[in-house]
Amino acid sequence: MPHSLTRKARPVAADAVAVLRGRARCGRGDAKDRPLNYFKSCGSTLMSRTKGDEEEYWNSSKFKAFTFDDEDDELSQLKESKRAVNSLRDFVDDDDDDDLERVSWSGEPVGSISWSIRETAGNSGSTHEGREQLKSRNSFSSCAQLPKPASTYSLSSFFRGRTRPGSFQSLSDALSDTPAKSYAPELGRPKGEYRDYSNDWSPSDTVRRLRKGKVCSLERFRSLQDKLQLLEEAVSVHDGNVITAVLIFLKRTLSKEILFRELEVRQVALRHLIHYLKEIGDQKLLLDLFRFLDRTEELALSHYREHLNIQDPEKRKEFLKTCIGLPFSAEDSAHIQDHYTLLERQIIIEANDRHLESAGQTEIFRKHPRKASILNMPLVTTLFYSCFYHYTEAEGTFSSPINLKKTFKIPDKQYVLTALAARAKLRAWHDVDALFTTKNWLGYTKKRAPIGFHRVVEILHKNNAPVQILQEYINLVEDVDTKLNLATRFKCHDVVIDTYRDLKDRQQLVAYKSKVDKGSAEEDKIDAILSSSQIRWKN
Amino acid sequence: MAFPHRPDAPELPDFSMLKRLARDQLIYLLEQQHEVDKLYKVENKPALSSSEQLCFLVRPRIRNMRYIANLVNADKVAGRTRKYKVIFSPQKFYACEMVLEEEGIYGDVSCDEWAFSLLPLDVDLLSMELPEFFRDYFLEGDQRWINTVAQALHLLSTLYGPFPNCYGIGRCAKMSYELWRQLEEEEDGETKGRRPEIGHIFLLDRDVDFVTALCSQVVYEGLVDDTFRIKCGSVDFGPEVTSSDKSLKVLLNAEDKVFSEIRNEHFSNVFGFLSQKARNLQAQYDRRRGMDIKQMKNFVSRELKGLKQEHRLLSLHIGACESIMKKKTKQDFQELIKTEHALLEGFNIREGTSYIEEHIDRQVSPIESLRLMCLLSITENGLIPKDYRSLKTQYLQSYGPEHLLTFSNLRRAGLLTEQAPGDTLTAVESKVSKLVTDKAAGKITDAFSSLAKRSNFRAISKKLNLIPRVDGEYDLKVPRDMAYVFSGAYVPLSCRIVELVLERRSWQGLDEVVRLLNCSECAFTDMAKEDKASSESLRLILVVFLGGCTFSEISALRFLGREKGYRFIFLTTAVTNSARLMEAMSEVKA
Repeated sequence: MPHSLTRKARPVAADAVAVLRGRARCGRGDAKDRPLNYFKSCGSTLMSRTKGDEEEYWNSSKFKAFTFDDEDDELSQLKESKRAVNSLRDFVDDDDDDDLERVSWSGEPVGSISWSIRETAGNSGSTHEGREQLKSRNSFSSCAQLPKPASTYSLSSFFRGRTRPGSFQSLSDALSDTPAKSYAPELGRPKGEYRDYSNDWSPSDTVRRLRKGKVCSLERFRSLQDKLQLLEEAVSVHDGNVITAVLIFLKRTLSKEILFRELEVRQVALRHLIHYLKEIGDQKLLLDLFRFLDRTEELALSHYREHLNIQDPEKRKEFLKTCIGLPFSAEDSAHIQDHYTLLERQIIIEANDRHLESAGQTEIFRKHPRKASILNMPLVTTLFYSCFYHYTEAEGTFSSPINLKKTFKIPDKQYVLTALAARAKLRAWHDVDALFTTKNWLGYTKKRAPIGFHRVVEILHKNNAPVQILQEYINLVEDVDTKLNLATRFKCHDVVIDTYRDLKDRQQLVAYKSKVDKGSAEEDKIDAILSSSQIRWKN
Repeated sequence: MAFPHRPDAPELPDFSMLKRLARDQLIYLLEQQHEVDKLYKVENKPALSSSEQLCFLVRPRIRNMRYIANLVNADKVAGRTRKYKVIFSPQKFYACEMVLEEEGIYGDVSCDEWAFSLLPLDVDLLSMELPEFFRDYFLEGDQRWINTVAQALHLLSTLYGPFPNCYGIGRCAKMSYELWRQLEEEEDGETKGRRPEIGHIFLLDRDVDFVTALCSQVVYEGLVDDTFRIKCGSVDFGPEVTSSDKSLKVLLNAEDKVFSEIRNEHFSNVFGFLSQKARNLQAQYDRRRGMDIKQMKNFVSRELKGLKQEHRLLSLHIGACESIMKKKTKQDFQELIKTEHALLEGFNIREGTSYIEEHIDRQVSPIESLRLMCLLSITENGLIPKDYRSLKTQYLQSYGPEHLLTFSNLRRAGLLTEQAPGDTLTAVESKVSKLVTDKAAGKITDAFSSLAKRSNFRAISKKLNLIPRVDGEYDLKVPRDMAYVFSGAYVPLSCRIVELVLERRSWQGLDEVVRLLNCSECAFTDMAKEDKASSESLRLILVVFLGGCTFSEISALRFLGREKGYRFIFLTTAVTNSARLMEAMSEVKA
């Protein structure tokens, strides 16, 4: 957000709060119609170009854009100005303990957003709000001297209690409730001052409090039965945050064998634990868990996944080696083996080629400098690379295409496709020709393409092959319609003309005349054919 | 074009209130309370700022906590003292606080919450902007966002009155509904006595209908999303669209008069419409010839600005269309669509498979290849083992062996599966079902349904008539049904379910479909006993998509609304499309 904008916006915010308050007093319909000039749309779609424009956009658009996308998606990058993170300066309030000091009527910290939403979200008018305030004020004043939670290590010490925004408390709730602030952890207080008074909350009360984001000690759930009851209660309200909170507690207070055993029959909770372990990166416990559950494939995959975090190619290779014996499915085992072999190859090729390139003696590297390293590229890319730089090498070398093809059992089709693309890119038409030429046992040569000649033509065209080359391959396309289609698309006039002649299709030929240049050889050719008396036209 | 609503269609509720709320809250939070003057993106990098205080506004994710911890701990090492504030949106998670504690910065940072969960992207579209919902729930089975959904529903019912009729399908829908009900009970009295503004609410899990989300979109808005990616209701048009050297960020919503007329149209109609529009515009400009001074003055002061505005929008959308055409021609879109339609209808499966194979071999976009494989898998109840193996091998060879992890994810989410060896019976089964009546086929299906959770798409499609019988050409200019959003080839399953349930006001008669969807346990209806809803409000329907909805689905339901005199409002965890779904499942970031 541009600097100027935020400055300007300040009065808006102040006023807006007033409006929101007003709304709570006046009830619903009123607020809806209240004119809010700041937000009135100028009635236009705005495109932000400059910072000035940005401001216009911000103020006038009816639907503005926020992003809270924390993915590193390049496409997703909206302007930084709408990003959700800020650094701030000029705090007025230098008080160390502002958490404790700045508390409003309702026991919320002043300025907490939940405070303003609370006033807006409610619709029961002033009476409700008044009651709420009164209640909270009472409870606040009476709580100011309440003791602190029992242990600095209890869950309660890091689950700071605060009423969930927009959630109104019932009366009984409010009475038993203590405003958040008194729960804020205060390091350095003598332990004697702490006393846990929440001992008698039932599992369902506890879960309800957790769900509302309130502080709640779980320490009293000491017997396995209590712990499991708490977990089941958490699962029954469906709130993943609470389930995870309870699991964190169980993970800390139960041996892993017991924890795993109990979770095995509680699938919902189990999934939460697995996801939690993945997120915090507790790989060891995760693997133990999979081992316990006998989920061997997940165990193997989970281990294999770690290679993504290893940047150094040698280390990555060594790591992949350790994956080979893992209990993958038979099919995946082969893939892992291939992954290892591929990286091993790439490391050799990379070292060799980097050397060749820097030596500057090899023509191909001088003419076509490498754009990137081949390390960690897919197999097909590696094959392309090898067809590009190492096409003529003998089968014995690691970098030769034939060697790759054999090692990784690359299907013929895939091989031809890749080799064709690479050789066409280098405009090595002779190699292209050789790729499709086969000799039969009588020594006759024949053209054959496992991918179909229409595909060949398309790839050649993409690589700007000259018309003569294109024509040669278009002529090899068997299906007449496809052939005509390709020839027309790629302007191979001779093929089109000859085909119409062979089809004895005079009308099409006449029509095609308009598509060739006036006075060109093609036009002459068409004229010559049309005037020929040898052909018995079908139309 | 842009068919008008029936005169008796209800008014949409005013969502600008939500927008104002969010905006005020944010400004208030950052400005008033924390005096924020500069914004940066949270990254794993040292903070460049020299301020004495840092304020982080973040999604509650462990990764973000680690970033913050690194920053704070680096400050500590450097002997620097600052104040730190973390604002979680929409709520704080216990796991996050635990990480703060473990990293030794608990107490150094203070925490707050900003319960912001409803962003109005348009007059009828609310987004929770939680793209991670999809992966968290449908892949990992993590229910962390269910409370957020329940809170959002609660806020909506507080603002717009109770919803007298509730329907839902899917496990997540059911859980969200239950938690929401519980919230309402705990805070009772709030919505009582209110007249409902929105008559129906329909909750739907994304995994009830993966097929629709996996299809290529061909209505304009969907196509723009697929091609350029719409983010939070706005799109970045690059130089190829703006025909200048600059990119433009453009808001796409009902405010854009040109866009609002073409957004729901099949792409084939859009060009014609835009050129007609351009001609009209020219005519209006031309009127200024032969004006006297006074008329000219009027023209300049009253009309010119509007015309210029329209002109600008027109040229942008024409530019976008051209760019889309160029891209689509290059990738042979026609062929792609043909293959998709064949998969949906269930014929030429072999050709479809080799088409996908060729895609992979030629290293066409990895996401696209993956999407087609998933579409094949779901429509066919999983791939035949032989195909699965060969496609997977080729995929790994073309795009990298680490995608092994992606395949494992897709299998877990049920998006790309292999028919179990014993499942070869399905081939027989589907053949039989083609021959015998539905009833008998149902029985046969019954016998096998215990084997595994299967998508049963073919059977569902048949039951619900998702593939319209076409006699002659499907006129995309005058659509007959919701299938127009897929060129007349397929009625989106999700939308058809909504249509049928609304007609019946229950799941009655849909038992078989519900069973085929594997949702027997989690399809529900809940009607208010005393019906205070006005007839107007009963035609206003809120559809909640858990896990994301596509613009095609939105267009289809808007169409249904116009046909039946309803108005639909959409609440989604995020707007999605096939590419986003696939990326969410992908283990390697492209």
